[in-house]
Amino acid sequence: MDDTFKPSRRAFLRGSAAAAAGTVAGAATAGTPDPLITELQDWASYTGAGVDETPYGMPISFESHVVRRNVEWLTASPISSINFTPIHALDGTITPQGCAFERHHSGAIELRKEDYRLMINGLVDTPLVFTYDDLERFPRENHVYFCECAANTGMEWAGAQLNGVQFTHGMIHNMEYTGIPLRTLLQEAGADMAEDKWVYVEGADASSNGRSIPMAKALDDVLVAFKANGEALRMEHGYPVRLVVPGWEGNMWVKWLRRIEVTDMAVESREETSKYTDVMEDGTARKWTWEMDAKSVITAPSPQMPIKHGPGPLVISGLAWSGHGRITRVDVSKDGGITWETARLGKQGDTKALTRFYLDMDWDGAPMLLQSRAMDDTGYVQPTKEQLREKRGENSVYHNNCIQTWYVNAEGIAENVEVS
Amino acid sequence: MSKSPNILLPALGATGIVLGAAYGLSQKDYGADKIAVLEAQVEQVEGRASAASTQLTEATAQAETKAARVAELQQQVTLIQSEARKKAASGNTSLTEPAPVRASGFGLGRPALPEEIAAWDIDVLPDGRGLPDGQGDVWTGEEVFVDYCAACHGDFAEGVDNWPVLAGGFDTLADKDPVKTVGSYWPYLSTVFDYVNRSMPFGAAGTLTPDETYAIVAYILYSNDMVDDDFVLSRDTFMDVEMHNADGFVVDDRPELEYTEWRSEPCMENCKDEVEITMRSVFLVETPPEGGSESVMNPAKVDGLPSFTAAGPSFIPTAAPKPADEAKAEPAAAPAVQTAAADSGGEMRKHGEKVFKKCAACHAVGDGARNKSGPHLNALMGRAFGAVEGFKYSDAFLAANAEGRTWTTEELAAFLAKPKAYMKGTKMAFAGLKKDKDVEAVTAYLSSFGE
Repeated sequence: MDDTFKPSRRAFLRGSAAAAAGTVAGAATAGTPDPLITELQDWASYTGAGVDETPYGMPISFESHVVRRNVEWLTASPISSINFTPIHALDGTITPQGCAFERHHSGAIELRKEDYRLMINGLVDTPLVFTYDDLERFPRENHVYFCECAANTGMEWAGAQLNGVQFTHGMIHNMEYTGIPLRTLLQEAGADMAEDKWVYVEGADASSNGRSIPMAKALDDVLVAFKANGEALRMEHGYPVRLVVPGWEGNMWVKWLRRIEVTDMAVESREETSKYTDVMEDGTARKWTWEMDAKSVITAPSPQMPIKHGPGPLVISGLAWSGHGRITRVDVSKDGGITWETARLGKQGDTKALTRFYLDMDWDGAPMLLQSRAMDDTGYVQPTKEQLREKRGENSVYHNNCIQTWYVNAEGIAENVEVS
Repeated sequence: MSKSPNILLPALGATGIVLGAAYGLSQKDYGADKIAVLEAQVEQVEGRASAASTQLTEATAQAETKAARVAELQQQVTLIQSEARKKAASGNTSLTEPAPVRASGFGLGRPALPEEIAAWDIDVLPDGRGLPDGQGDVWTGEEVFVDYCAACHGDFAEGVDNWPVLAGGFDTLADKDPVKTVGSYWPYLSTVFDYVNRSMPFGAAGTLTPDETYAIVAYILYSNDMVDDDFVLSRDTFMDVEMHNADGFVVDDRPELEYTEWRSEPCMENCKDEVEITMRSVFLVETPPEGGSESVMNPAKVDGLPSFTAAGPSFIPTAAPKPADEAKAEPAAAPAVQTAAADSGGEMRKHGEKVFKKCAACHAVGDGARNKSGPHLNALMGRAFGAVEGFKYSDAFLAANAEGRTWTTEELAAFLAKPKAYMKGTKMAFAGLKKDKDVEAVTAYLSSFGE
């Protein structure tokens, strides 16, 4: 799997010409005719790419900086590591698969549909094995859900750390999934669906990343998914089949799903004991903290998205989401939380999916302390970092859904800060 | 929306041809001797016209039937739409339905065979169910651990680089930086066995025998002072081990402790008197066009920044000299063109680069490569065995170094195929490359790197 962008020679030449023209245009002022308009441009005269040039399209080369990025020192090896979605550069709510964050425990594997097997066993009448083709014959559903790593914003517990919303909040993506309700497969095998039962799920990769899901959730909205945003899952997201556990921490969305076991207790696997448990200030730890609480962040302006246009009309834009349901309201503050205004939602919030919000303003060029605060349909209000620390201390690593602050200075440059 | 015109068209077309023929006849002055012939032709034409007329009647009838069907369908659509409107009015805004279920199942899939279940269902539960036959003692465990685990976790389970520390850290969980190890944090022994058994060693998961797993787990317990050196771990002794932090966990109590408090109407105005910036980002992160990121410490302090009140910022700081960074923030120009490697050597190296991902967890190669839990591999060919400065080699490699052995394509290929057999005592926890092509490719790939 080669993700690097390799433009054709022609594309490269076109790119250079456009870049050169861009420099000229940059110098044009209101009083000078814009050569981009007055002069015949290459692209308006020569022909462009043919339909046979790009059987599967990549973003145009000018957008090649909008990519997943990792922070090398965070983990011992990129094979057991994480990278971040470039949320600063995206708009709307759907995350393109190619830049949706990845988290692997033993690397992303190549597993052919032909070699794919899904077993369901344990407390079932008939343990079954499905092929990929079998799965496509069950009735399926479409849903948009966000997937957020429990450790998203985890570096920020002890203070403002990484200067970029991609790095503070980019362990999230939002896709439209096509899949089979897990309950359909449980029923097919004649599973014991009593409330005190558990469903243990594991992947086909070397880590297997097993997790235990209580039966109530398994019967509710969990999907065995094989498509995202209309096309096959990408390798790095679990091709050909992954689990979708709406609203719950990303680690439970087991990729390369190979086995579903009905058990009478939680397996207490490595990923649900030594990891993905939250250490409180007194040294005790919370376990089974599955839900991702309501959270929001302003994606622009942000450190990677400075205001370049000076005073005047400015669009403040951001994302909000809740693992408990729908986003009902997002408030934005420009003064660090003294005064709040209710933002405009790009679209009515979907349950357990990203919601885009906007605040359209006239910027006077004065410094701002930008914050956003999400509310969901349970009435939950996104807390401040101070409120979270008061409850949990600074060592819990996971589930940091604090209100984020960007300091925007008079030049429009934004920085990750903490405020009183 | 009616299909009738389409259905009628063929019939009308036929009639048109007949009428055209009649029109042509009326325009010509033919001799009387031709009249009989013409009459015969007229008869034929009339006959065809009559047939066409019959066809037209039939087509009309068909069209009427179709039209009736269309009307029927339209009625159904109206019904469905009105149902939808009713649903919408009652809050159910769409026609989407959950995927249907069948009480008796769909009859898909096939029964799993006992051998298949045995191969995949290897999880071990907290009460010890699922443990395989076998046993392992602490001393065997130490040997196996040094062979398979120490490259990343250290000889004493103390952790190398960023790899997990497995031992110690007792009573640090309430400290500023807790050390979460098997001893200090893990609540169940079953988790240790299950994880080692299924996911370790990193890069060769699933290759340990049950006895080796028992032994490794026994050694990890010993290195945490949780068992004595004569301890033997087996199904029989498993439940005797007491985990230090077994009682250290509570089930998620956010609903009681947090949600109750944080579900109230939030403040909108004058929520605070004054706001000050108390901390600035520790790391400034640059995002180079080639990918990844580079973070540098932020030298800036909070002094000199405005505080905020409801009236706005206390002052507007004078513009700092334009940071050179701004240019870097501009979208990167088109990336440099990479000439396609068309030659087969290039293809081989490319494949090698891909296969090398199996090695990259422990070995770095290329610009600025440093030792990780394995030595860096720059300029490997012709290099003496065990010769990278600063790397702690196994005795096996030190001995090879003393013998004056150097890396060649052949030596590397043999090593990559079966590391443990080729270099008995190597710390490298890698089972080896099974395919000759992969061995050749990695050798070609590594040969392409100089100093």
